[in-house]
Amino acid sequence: MLKKISAAVLAIVGAIALGAVALHRHEPINALWIVTAAVCIYLLGYRLYAAWIAARVLSVDASRATPAERLNNGRDFVPTHRVIVFGHHFAAIAGPGPLVGPTLAAQFGYLPGTLWILVGAVLGGCVQDMIILLLSTRRDGRSLGQMARDELGPLGGFAALIGTLIIMIILSAVLGLVIVNVMKHSPWATSTVLATIPAALIVGLYLRRWRPGRVLEGSLLGVTLVLLALLAGGWVDHQPLLRPLFDYSAIALAGFVIAYGFCAAILPVWLLLAPRDYLSTFLKLGTVVLLAVAIVLTHPQIKMPAVTAFTDGTGPLFGGKVFPFVFITIACGAVSGFHALVASGTTPKLITNEADVRLVGYGSMALESFVAIMALIAATLLDPGVFFAINSGAGVVGASPAAAVHTISGWGYPVTVEQMQALANAMGERTLFARSGGAPSLAVGMASIFGSTFGRGLLALWYHFAIMFEAVFIMAVLDAGTRVGRFMLQDLLGHLWQPLGRTSWYPSVLLASALMVGAWGYFLYIGVIDPNGGVNILWPLFGISNQMLAGIALSVATGIIIKSGKARYALVTLVPLAWLALITTTAAWQKITSADSRIGLFAAADDLARKLASGVLPPERAAVAPQLIFNQRLDGWITMLLLTILWFVILDMARVCVRRLRGLPLRSSSEAPYQLSRLQSALAQAQP
Amino acid sequence: MRRAAQLLGRGAAVIWSWLRAASGDDAYERYRAHQALRHAGEPPLSRRAFYEDTQRRKWSGVSRCC
Repeated sequence: MLKKISAAVLAIVGAIALGAVALHRHEPINALWIVTAAVCIYLLGYRLYAAWIAARVLSVDASRATPAERLNNGRDFVPTHRVIVFGHHFAAIAGPGPLVGPTLAAQFGYLPGTLWILVGAVLGGCVQDMIILLLSTRRDGRSLGQMARDELGPLGGFAALIGTLIIMIILSAVLGLVIVNVMKHSPWATSTVLATIPAALIVGLYLRRWRPGRVLEGSLLGVTLVLLALLAGGWVDHQPLLRPLFDYSAIALAGFVIAYGFCAAILPVWLLLAPRDYLSTFLKLGTVVLLAVAIVLTHPQIKMPAVTAFTDGTGPLFGGKVFPFVFITIACGAVSGFHALVASGTTPKLITNEADVRLVGYGSMALESFVAIMALIAATLLDPGVFFAINSGAGVVGASPAAAVHTISGWGYPVTVEQMQALANAMGERTLFARSGGAPSLAVGMASIFGSTFGRGLLALWYHFAIMFEAVFIMAVLDAGTRVGRFMLQDLLGHLWQPLGRTSWYPSVLLASALMVGAWGYFLYIGVIDPNGGVNILWPLFGISNQMLAGIALSVATGIIIKSGKARYALVTLVPLAWLALITTTAAWQKITSADSRIGLFAAADDLARKLASGVLPPERAAVAPQLIFNQRLDGWITMLLLTILWFVILDMARVCVRRLRGLPLRSSSEAPYQLSRLQSALAQAQP
Repeated sequence: MRRAAQLLGRGAAVIWSWLRAASGDDAYERYRAHQALRHAGEPPLSRRAFYEDTQRRKWSGVSRCC
């Protein structure tokens, strides 16, 4: 009874808050409305929908022994308390994605992004994560690719592998581009980010050599070191002699990021990757909590309109209408296929009890979605003019500050050069114009929230803290992505020539790492030389690949649900799958066929080729045009490949389902047989 | 007063043990306990060897996301 009352209260409060968010027009809305609506919707989804799915669709059985219990080896397979697994899983899935995507999507106004983040998470992303987590737990922690192969067929498995490899490459490139845009000609940001590398090395040595495995001590040491690096960066910024040493162009920084990625992939994990990950996890959790507290304390006004004129597809951050592009731009935070890889990797090996998947799978994703909501708030509390001035590439609004403010003010979002200069001064930067990629504007937003909570005098420090936080995050993903990509490539190459498949054979390590870094380094380089900022092309491509991966995960889930004789519940995964297939196909189709050069990749290539041939391009743009033309065509082909993979897997799943419904023979389920749990906690939960 | 201090101390100890479990700080102790229980005959790995091996296993698969 109490449960029903509290659910009803949540529903009423949530409906009021959401109504306020959706119907507010022509005056600024307070961010607390959005926060309240979000929290109520997550809680309702968790209490009602997730519980129903767990009981009916998945038949979660608390008495069934999980792999952590059956295969307990005291190392990867360890029964762990659900709150701790929740923490591990959240730390693993939450990356820079939910920070960047919502910031970029803010060009449509705050409403489209907010609605998609909430609805997409509660009905799509959280459901996907929870179901894949349970399916993998029932299959001894097998990966998404293995499950696709076992349950659908070799085609599904191969498609998942290729899809994963492509997404790793594009993700690394776009994140590399984001930090290059943060660091270019910013000695404070560059010196701080650089200093995190020796900090990670020191922690690495500490954790292996001096105090092996003392993770808390090591992390504390690391966090202290990077905070010192942050202060030192501010000092360096004021030293005329040191300043030029850290003042680099975007190209030079791209070279540095590529070299760093290569080193991280070939060095032992304990030296750089593992300690950096501990640092990033601590900073991540700390900052997320700090941001939530600060937003509630300051309850800022949202200055961005609910819906801007750019829903018609003319937005400066990236081209394309609100449908389908808001759904592509915000992947992490609403639905992220990448999560299916984590939910079918480390996490299922820690689950003590099947009933824990609701908190760990559904709950973690709801929290990540909340991070996306906070990023959206931080981006939309800026003056819209300032937001567009920071995020628009020089190729779109004009290269000089005067030209940029003229263009942006002409759109109806007034901003002045003096305002931007004052803001840059307050943030300790020389300029904030054309810092596309989402991270700098997010940092300005976070700095203003933190500044008004904890003291305005420290704005520059908060800005660079936010920058460092994002950079540490992103470099941790670059390291890990390159390394996993290296293993996958070695696996593939091993089929061509057996020795290349040996993960510890040094020539093979070097070759696979170089191929992987070369692949994302290429896209990073092109993004840097692109006068439109590069993010406008790469981020939608990343979104399409991430949604494609979610399509694969939901296909696997649908196939398994129907095979298990629960076709009547298959809508739970079929509806999000159909929606993802629709938006991914529409977006990919527009990217391939649109005649508008702001959207269509081939159209943009042809347009640029025409301009190059007729000699209207200024010399510096003509010099890079051939590379840009080639790259846009390449991106077009990659988009086609992603779309093909998605539909192959969907059709393969449909084939399996039709066979099942007709009663034809199928691959048998790869589920591990039932075994009664002997853990007391599990038995206690299983009692009615 | 003494009782309050005791309660406070116990609370701090609980938080500390949760923090250690969440960060993986106590992984080696858990491993040793497991070895002692299930594989009493075998010599356990040293702290350093265990740490290196754990990291290698952790980072051979997808354990970080976007």
